[in-house]
Amino acid sequence: MDLFPLWNSLRIAFLSAAIVFFLGIAAAYYASRAPRLVKGVLDVVLTLPLVLPPTVVGYLLILLLGPNHALGALILRLFDTKLLMRWWSAIFAVSVVVFPLMYRTARGAFESFDEDLAAAGRTLGLSNAYVFWRIRIPACRQGILAGVVLAFARALGEYGATSMIVGFIPGKTATVATQVAFLWQNQGNTEAGRRALLFWICINVAISAAVLITVNLLERRSAQGG
Amino acid sequence: MSLSVKIEKNLGGFQLRVEFESAGGLLALLGASGSGKSLTLRCIAGLLRPDRGRIVLNGRVLYDSAAGIDLPPQQRRVGYLFQSCALIPHLSVLENVALGYHARPKAERNELALAQLRRFRIETLAAALPATLSGGERQRVALAQTLAAEPEAMLLDEPFSALDEYLKWELELELARTLETYGGDAVLVSHSRDEVCRLAKSVCVLSHGRSEPVLPVSELMTAPGTLGAALISGCKNLSPVRVQADGTLRCEAWGWTLPACPVPDGLTHVGIRAHSLQLGEGAISLPCTVDRVIDNVFSYILMLQTPGTGQLRIEFDKAQPVPPVGAAVRVHVPAEEILLLQ
Repeated sequence: MDLFPLWNSLRIAFLSAAIVFFLGIAAAYYASRAPRLVKGVLDVVLTLPLVLPPTVVGYLLILLLGPNHALGALILRLFDTKLLMRWWSAIFAVSVVVFPLMYRTARGAFESFDEDLAAAGRTLGLSNAYVFWRIRIPACRQGILAGVVLAFARALGEYGATSMIVGFIPGKTATVATQVAFLWQNQGNTEAGRRALLFWICINVAISAAVLITVNLLERRSAQGG
Repeated sequence: MSLSVKIEKNLGGFQLRVEFESAGGLLALLGASGSGKSLTLRCIAGLLRPDRGRIVLNGRVLYDSAAGIDLPPQQRRVGYLFQSCALIPHLSVLENVALGYHARPKAERNELALAQLRRFRIETLAAALPATLSGGERQRVALAQTLAAEPEAMLLDEPFSALDEYLKWELELELARTLETYGGDAVLVSHSRDEVCRLAKSVCVLSHGRSEPVLPVSELMTAPGTLGAALISGCKNLSPVRVQADGTLRCEAWGWTLPACPVPDGLTHVGIRAHSLQLGEGAISLPCTVDRVIDNVFSYILMLQTPGTGQLRIEFDKAQPVPPVGAAVRVHVPAEEILLLQ
């Protein structure tokens, strides 16, 4: 059994979660302090990928990154590189789709943060950077952690946008999700195909369960005051 | 030691206009909830920017809209004791107090913080997390933390409001002791007249965002001067008043004409405290009927129907005989206990 789809899915999910971690925190912090109107607009725009069909997100990304379109053409001219159909192209698709999960969870955490804590730090003379990194972020860590774990879990299972951006090239761009779709479409009525499907489904369930158990353990530890 | 504050801020429908000066000791900002007390403290600490005004602490200008000065909270050296205590939840008591010593070398901080905990007799809590503390312990830790930074002024935002009644007293005694040795200016925000009388030297009454002139605490009871101050000081009987041609004072609510006396400019109301009124004949008296008798903890409260539309509330010791409901009585008041209010 070729395990490439698993390895590819994991690296895409890790890198996407890492990107979304920083972008999500920045956007959530900014939105939680923005004036009402700006916040309303930001909220709609930044949450849109959560409710749009992933195929629509994928198509919009093709419009942006395709070799005949704005950004894609520029990169092709400057670096002689295509942005689509590479294994890492899926990171664009996955990051956009999972971004709202990180953004909304982190924003919720920032909004329920007790501003008196930041105020107390500042009146004690602690710098604004210290207050942000050593008081605000740790006090919101549960929401931030939940957001990044959710984003990672969703990233592992992303199918729609990924398949439009990178298609399915065995050994190059295949992920667990696209592998399952490919097997069902092409070998769904053979014994070998069914066995392979079962294998990938077990892998998928096992990873998802592991992620959820991790979240539970983390929550229990912070409930004990860790 | 001196703190002078004169600020204005518009917040949507709410206008804050506060002016007071304190020359050492504890000044209380007394007002009902929503009167702008906490907003004022936030402006002094630099957590909220006023629209206009000037704040000077011991000769240092903290804020001056005309000169374009607005020091960040970090440079104001103003300590803030929050109602919620605002202890950092993921740090131990010792680490929280050590934050107050962040300007000292790293090696000394824990030693200093431990010494500070001993001073407040809470060294046994050093390793505890804030969530495991009782309300009173949390307040002590917050006080120790705030004083650790050696602020030039202390702002106390309703420090007792989140505490149980029996804890309040203990903590109040401790706060009074601490402030005596502290020496700097302190501003206490409170809605409790009793608390203010026990702790503060002078008081500034705030009503609907406006401050009134600073009074010595003793005068808050004997000569509050304004309607707002009389209300917050617990005066129960208030009536609009009109000065008549012969100089007498007509109190419409009670249908009572009080004798002529020197009146302040802008007199609008007369106040009479419930314990100033006495049953019986006197120089200034009024016929009433008893409408209700209320059995209070240590006293009786009578609600008397006056010849006017309003009622008078009178309170007296349980040792005295109580007239029955419906009885015709006379009440009188000593002339010096009539409060003339602007």
